[in-house]
Amino acid sequence: MSDAHLLTRPAHELGALLTSGEVGAAELTQLHLDQIEALNPTLNAFLHVDADGAMETARSIDAARASGAELGPLAGVPIAVKDNFCTLGQPTTCGSRMLEDWVPPYDATVVTRLRAAGLVILGKTNMDEFAMGSSTETSAFGPTRNPWDTDRIPGGSGGGSSAAVAAFMAPLAVGSDTGGSIRQPGSVTGTVGVKPTYGGVSRYGVVAMASSLDQPGPVTRTTLDAALLHEVMGGHDPHDSTSIAQPLPALSEAARRGDVAGMRVGVVKEFGGEGFEADVEARFHEAVELLRGAGAEVVEVSCPNFLYALSAYYLIMPSELSSNLARFDAMRYGLRVGDDGTRGVEEVMSMTRGEGFGREAKRRLIIGTYALSSGYQDQYYGSAQKVRTLVARDFEAAFAQCDVLVSPTTPTVAFRIGERMSDPMSMYKADLCTIPSNLAGNASASFPVGLSSDGLPVGIQVIAPPMADDRLYRVGGFLEATLEKQWDGPILDRMVPLAGTKVVAR
Amino acid sequence: MNDEILDFDEVLESYEPALGLEVHVELNTASKMFCGCSTAFGDEPNSNTCPVCLGLPGALPVVNRKAVESAIRIGLALNCQIAPWGRFARKNYFYPDMTKNFQTSQYDEPIAHDGWVEIDVEGETFRVEIERAHMEEDAGKLTHAGSSGRIHGAEYSLIDYNRAGTPLIEIVSRPVLGAGAKAPAVARAYVAHLREMMRALDVSDVRMEQGSLRCDANLSLAPIGSTTLGTRTETKNVNSLRSVERAVTFEMRRQAAVLAGGGSVVQETRHFDEATGTTRSGRPKSDADDYRYFAEPDLVPVAPSAQWVEELRATLPEPPAERRRRLASEWGFDEIAMTTLVNLGALGLVEDTVAAGASPQAARKWWGTELARRSNEAGIGVDELTITPAQVAEVQRMVDEGKLTDKLARQVFDGVLAGEGDPAEVVASRGLEVVSDDGALAAAVDDVIAANPDVADKIRDGKHQAAGALIGQVMKAMRGSADAARVRELIMERLA
Amino acid sequence: MALTPEEVARLAGLARIQLTEQECAELAPELDVILTSVHQVAEVAGPDVPLMTHAMPLVNVTREDVVRRSLTPAEALSGAPAVEEGRFRVPQILSED
Repeated sequence: MSDAHLLTRPAHELGALLTSGEVGAAELTQLHLDQIEALNPTLNAFLHVDADGAMETARSIDAARASGAELGPLAGVPIAVKDNFCTLGQPTTCGSRMLEDWVPPYDATVVTRLRAAGLVILGKTNMDEFAMGSSTETSAFGPTRNPWDTDRIPGGSGGGSSAAVAAFMAPLAVGSDTGGSIRQPGSVTGTVGVKPTYGGVSRYGVVAMASSLDQPGPVTRTTLDAALLHEVMGGHDPHDSTSIAQPLPALSEAARRGDVAGMRVGVVKEFGGEGFEADVEARFHEAVELLRGAGAEVVEVSCPNFLYALSAYYLIMPSELSSNLARFDAMRYGLRVGDDGTRGVEEVMSMTRGEGFGREAKRRLIIGTYALSSGYQDQYYGSAQKVRTLVARDFEAAFAQCDVLVSPTTPTVAFRIGERMSDPMSMYKADLCTIPSNLAGNASASFPVGLSSDGLPVGIQVIAPPMADDRLYRVGGFLEATLEKQWDGPILDRMVPLAGTKVVAR
Repeated sequence: MNDEILDFDEVLESYEPALGLEVHVELNTASKMFCGCSTAFGDEPNSNTCPVCLGLPGALPVVNRKAVESAIRIGLALNCQIAPWGRFARKNYFYPDMTKNFQTSQYDEPIAHDGWVEIDVEGETFRVEIERAHMEEDAGKLTHAGSSGRIHGAEYSLIDYNRAGTPLIEIVSRPVLGAGAKAPAVARAYVAHLREMMRALDVSDVRMEQGSLRCDANLSLAPIGSTTLGTRTETKNVNSLRSVERAVTFEMRRQAAVLAGGGSVVQETRHFDEATGTTRSGRPKSDADDYRYFAEPDLVPVAPSAQWVEELRATLPEPPAERRRRLASEWGFDEIAMTTLVNLGALGLVEDTVAAGASPQAARKWWGTELARRSNEAGIGVDELTITPAQVAEVQRMVDEGKLTDKLARQVFDGVLAGEGDPAEVVASRGLEVVSDDGALAAAVDDVIAANPDVADKIRDGKHQAAGALIGQVMKAMRGSADAARVRELIMERLA
Repeated sequence: MALTPEEVARLAGLARIQLTEQECAELAPELDVILTSVHQVAEVAGPDVPLMTHAMPLVNVTREDVVRRSLTPAEALSGAPAVEEGRFRVPQILSED
């Protein structure tokens, strides 16, 4: 098998090649490091590449395998990690000046589990500052570009991870999803992104944006890869009080099964029409027809309170965020500005936060401070948390008649860099369909379902009740197998190769 | 700037004080409230810290079950309702000793609420209503560097976060009205009562000098006959029982002077100055007091089942009033003697000393006079002296055995308090021992056996515990200058 | 209920963010647009609807009172902007807590 083809293989196939000894982890890691070196100047998907550390890990995996050790199915497979997961020995900046060069003295639980499973961490991927954005443009270290069209955004906040996977710089990545930060990037880059059930994957060591909404999850090119990675990442963690103390459902089994016969699929009525691009709706409805054709029972369901979810989210999220980000105060780690011996601690804190946070961070910090402040809390934060109850009730009612719900992942294909930066509300609307699952804690995923007429990817969102993450993989597995047959190959084959890529078209 | 103050008697002519106390109890758990770091006091700076208590990005808290159990037990001991479901809350404000710039606490859903305690002050019983008791975490420790060593004029500060995240229970009283002239004594007695209670519950070291029991005293004055409360001040850093009393007295006199001069009391935080016995202005209430409380999303609610609460109730020591009655009758002390010991904070010390072998009278004598005097001179609580009940009992035993006179015993206390070691070591190093005489002792034993033939028969029949009565009489005859163990030996030899 | 630059400055003070006058002037209308469009939440739910502060209804998640390994002081201080005598060194504190 040629090197070029190795780069495009799904992670589960790479795992099999590594297990059988046909490929070495060091060789595979070097290939990916070369691809990163070739494309990162164009895409800016990685903020930090740990070439030496990755090669060292890869060689130790090869040595372990040579000595006959039993290794997991993904041992030796390279992976990219979003830059808000704490990593020993590698900077964790969250895309912010505030944490430029900060190296945590501990690993996030997910990172510990990746290492234990023998995955090779290539480096840290770009993101909107502290995950605040839907385009990766608010990163203090420059935007990431979409490999489908480098004038366009790769989604956000996890645009670095989605771009890295879509551009074959890594077969796998991890992200975090607070309002759509895994799924929306998945949708606009033609990749798979899963937001597990809240509490299904540990948040310990993932720098918090909004604690009651954040959920780490897999970013991959195939459904089975996502399931396998989800199985490595997930499961109970005693360091996270909100972690669910139950085993995960059989995820990779569900992805392999990929069968939707008899499944009751609810199409969310509220997510369509005005504001939704025609091509997005067309690809979405074609996918729904495929499900119906395979024996799924498709019904339309109404979730009226989903229309208020965006507003509730943009009050709850900044409220929690304003408290979570208070710790960035120049005292114990990170940036310190203005400590010249004459200024008091209050002024140094304020100056540091004034310089260290970008414009969107300031907007949200002030909105959150306002929404929680005395005299306004009931009206803003309190009302929003009530709406959340209503959204959860809509889900309950819908899941009484459906096994999964579906909608477009995001109303449009990837928009152009700069297009929405001066209009916060238009940016926020990218998360319109993804937010309800974060509010209610549901499992939710985006799978690629085709391209728009101008050749940009479209995703379908699948939503399952809490702890029924396996249903996502059944639907994803089915759509992927069916569509790849139609297209005669994976969706990413249809991407125009980037200049310098090590991948050769089939 | 010195504050004007009024004579205490003049205060009472015109004003009625309303007293409120917030007491912070540091729990004696092995690990912190939300992480597995040790709560040990005095370790190397920042050696008991981790991502959680340092507030590092990404770290998450997990509640210490023993801390919750202690909170429930404290709530039950305070006659509180235990909330069947309650969340933690974040109290948001910026201060460098707090690693997250919010304190994880409880707000409108405290684990315990609506309780009461009764305290005795100079023969009068006061009922103090408890508004709430809630769980929260402590902050780190600041050291101010520069010429003064104090916060004002410091060039910079240094922070040790070993204490950050230590579990605290905050006990908030409702305003205590009608105490009048006794308000300072009530404040002191209340804190002493809580300290005694925490010690009996074994939930805290309650060492005020180390900060494991801290008190903020709220005080306001209203004209006599008024039905509304006046503007209150909150005095912080009141860190000994004596200081509680002094701080309340000073605030009464200061506020009365302000009001009498036609001014109005400023609602503010004040700081107690141990050296001068005065309070000085801290910061006024401001915008920074908008704490933006909201439910802590990183922690799930605490929902103690009725069964769990009942299991914890079964572990409670006897209620303070009952305990006081029982001890009074066991020890043969009158009401005044008991109240004195309670308000001194010495009831548990006396009990422990008796348990270690001393007679109640002797234990009371040492703690209630000799050691109380020393603690008063040092401006600390009697329990904060560096001498244990076991050591006091040991000194008394040496007195009973005739090895020490009371006068010598005082010198032994000097040595122990000066850190010269256990009583035996102090006696040896200072050469304080009295010589004993076996001949006189043998004669006294023979006299006592002859005078108590019934008891002697019981011992011959094998009831060895009856020997206690004879030993006591011999000790009495020897005026305590005998070795009780030797007395027992002599009795047993004769009645074998 | 238009948000004024002065209100933005007050909130920025509460959030400890130094903003220039120009930033306050720019942020005020931006934030006002956001607040106006999200304000609809206040009219949606009645007084009987409970707040949903957590995504999952878990209770009583606790740990045993057992001491675990801490970071070393060197690890704890590794990211600090300034260190002295094993402690975090911070600028002078002007206000008492």
